[in-house]
Amino acid sequence: MTDVQSPPDAPTDSPSDPNGKRGLRDRIDTTNAITLPLLAFISALVIGTIVIAFSDIDKLQDGDFGGILTTIKDAYLALPDGAFNGWRPINETIVSTTPLLLAGLAVAITFRAGLFNIGGTGQMLVGGMCSVYVGFSMNGPSIIQIPLAVGAGMLGGIIWGIIPGILKARAGVHEVISTIMLNFIAGSLVLYFLKTDLFVREGRSDPISKLVTPEGTLPKLFAFLDRPELRAHIGFLFALAAAFFFWWLIEKTKLGFEIRAEGANSNAAQYAGMKPAFLIITSFAVAGGFAGLAGASEVLGTQGRATQGFAGDIGFDAIAVALLGRSTPVGTVLAALLFGALQAGGQRMQVETGVPVDLVLILRALIILFIAAPLLMKAIWRISAKGASSGPSFGGWGS
Amino acid sequence: MSEGIGLKNTGHGPGTDAYLGMVDSVTRTPDEIKRSRNLGIAYLIGAVITVAVFVQGTGGTATFNLDNDASFGIGAIPLAWICAVSLAVLGGVQISRGTANFQSALLGVAAVLFIFTLMAWAAAGQSFSLTGTLHDALKASTPLVFGALGGILCERSGIINIAIEGFLLAGAFTSAVVGSVTNLWIGMIAAMIVSSLLALLLAWLAIRFLVDQVIVGFAINFFVLGLTSFVDARVLTSNPEYNGVPTLAEWKIPLLSDIPIIGPVLFEQTIYVYLGLALVALVTWALFSTKWGLQTRAVGEHPKAAGTLGVNVLRRRYVNLAVAGAITGFGGSWWTADVGRFNENITNGRGFIALAVVLVGRHHPVGALCAALLFGFSDALALKFSFLSTSIPSEFLELAPFLVTLIVVASVGRGHRVPAALGQPYEQQ
Repeated sequence: MTDVQSPPDAPTDSPSDPNGKRGLRDRIDTTNAITLPLLAFISALVIGTIVIAFSDIDKLQDGDFGGILTTIKDAYLALPDGAFNGWRPINETIVSTTPLLLAGLAVAITFRAGLFNIGGTGQMLVGGMCSVYVGFSMNGPSIIQIPLAVGAGMLGGIIWGIIPGILKARAGVHEVISTIMLNFIAGSLVLYFLKTDLFVREGRSDPISKLVTPEGTLPKLFAFLDRPELRAHIGFLFALAAAFFFWWLIEKTKLGFEIRAEGANSNAAQYAGMKPAFLIITSFAVAGGFAGLAGASEVLGTQGRATQGFAGDIGFDAIAVALLGRSTPVGTVLAALLFGALQAGGQRMQVETGVPVDLVLILRALIILFIAAPLLMKAIWRISAKGASSGPSFGGWGS
Repeated sequence: MSEGIGLKNTGHGPGTDAYLGMVDSVTRTPDEIKRSRNLGIAYLIGAVITVAVFVQGTGGTATFNLDNDASFGIGAIPLAWICAVSLAVLGGVQISRGTANFQSALLGVAAVLFIFTLMAWAAAGQSFSLTGTLHDALKASTPLVFGALGGILCERSGIINIAIEGFLLAGAFTSAVVGSVTNLWIGMIAAMIVSSLLALLLAWLAIRFLVDQVIVGFAINFFVLGLTSFVDARVLTSNPEYNGVPTLAEWKIPLLSDIPIIGPVLFEQTIYVYLGLALVALVTWALFSTKWGLQTRAVGEHPKAAGTLGVNVLRRRYVNLAVAGAITGFGGSWWTADVGRFNENITNGRGFIALAVVLVGRHHPVGALCAALLFGFSDALALKFSFLSTSIPSEFLELAPFLVTLIVVASVGRGHRVPAALGQPYEQQ
């Protein structure tokens, strides 16, 4: 990842139209930072429309095109409706955003160091298991139990995250291999522990943990409204704090500078006296801490227990978040909010119109793709190719 | 370049590597000594695990069934001691003076011995179908082989392929739907075409629009997962006639399948296994012994030089990607042939294991085959063990191959070089 945030909108005073008139296309071009994501979003919606239309085979066979249009309209109206319209949708958006943001930060920090953390799932699983153990085994006052449980989760994530760091720095194991392996290992370990007496809920034969005690449960965010169905919890505040920490670390500290230098050019960083091994391990430790926090927030706040799949696919979705947010703190927050909103809206869409929530996955993939391809966007939307950049870049196995 | 750089380009070309391999037995670079020491430590860890776990087993004779009535028995605990002592000696030799040119061979022997001990430990006092397990191992590794071959072709041409999972899933989906409407054979061809088109999309975006190849790969994975799940939920569940194909029967090769032990393992399989093995041989030959292979490797290593010598770099990349996509898509149709239908996310991360297989196999078809067999074997083993009444939690067996891969990669991982121009855009003059 040479430079993730190469701003394509830098030359604002670039020579525009020779006649002195700044045409619409030029103006679009100069506001690239906003326009590009917007155009990417619109393009994704257009393709999503096609997918909805062509998968409606009953109506297609009947030739009921009006009905198809209605479905599309209802589906796309349900998305913002289910994400923002009222306390409950906002609450659901926050619930979906929280783990995405934390896990997204776990990917973003490694992207900044030129590393690729596919292991968010494993780090979440280990962190969450540590958290849930403290969450159900203690019975102390919240003021002690919650910090302990959250801390245990972060510690678990850090331990699991530091393994690929050490393997990379000391033995040259590519982090893509090690994190994939560690995800599977964590999954098996979680399943094993959930069956042991240590974790399994009394009287249950399926792998499900004991319930987190009320004292160990993260307080609800909207407790003041006295509506128990609003399940958003203070994990969201942890996530925002983590994003702030990420910003501070990466932009304001010497360590952050070194991490960025390592990501930009490892050889140069080493030549300048930095220690790549230390930076790799530290980046992975921080990433593990973020992901562990995500796991903690899921089991202590949202779910109240651990099951085999409590981390879901969040570790992978987080890669999308980091890619879309270009691994910047603000970008990651906005990307997580967008994907969280899409997730919440998608649930509403599925219930109201029968269009499967998987549409959100499609939209998400297309948004990442289009954001990463400014040249393609410019070709499709016929924007002038002035100052065309090749989008965010991240060197794969090699450089 | 010795600190923490991992799979990065070591800077020397294939000729230098071969030369270094020749002088290996005479002088060893510090890096090689370190690698050798790491491998030795891995052996010692294996020995410790053997003493701590396998020697403490319930004991008794493990009976391995071969064919219909042939079988042999091994004492679990004596075997464990043999294994532990061998590994300890091997580890000691490896650390003190290295094993030079026998390193890979010895690693293979040690791995087989260790796995045998593991099986004897689990099956102590019971009987266990060895040929059945090997048969299933080969079967389970087949989609990984196809996925890895596609990945190797891609990456040897200089394009990063993270989208193996997406190609496999697209192949599985297409073959199920097209196969339901027509038949499985046409479904296979459709799967190859669709995955091929996806690969061309990857190539087009990477080459024409300079989009980062890792991002495109991931986007394709997400897109295929989303689209197939979407259509599955919206169309296939309510129209089961589009999702049901008769599964593919095994094809016993006459004469060859009568060979004891080898016959039932190798020659009573579906055509996927035969084609997969043939394809490994074919790709190995094509990559290293033909003009096409030389050009492909040149395009992946140094496209500028290849272009100067008259190779059409971009066309080579497009064509190779299309072929890679077709191979992977065919591998995806394995699920349809095996299960007879498509389920949401049926590949379940196998594409990522195939990605690991590519890297563990060092971008070499034969290496990838070995790595794929390791994963396939552990899959089969975990399944077989779940029928044995052993005290081992099946979860530990499921995680064993991943742990073994980690240890093996950590001990021999350094020094693997990837194609030098991997992931870099190329501008054709």
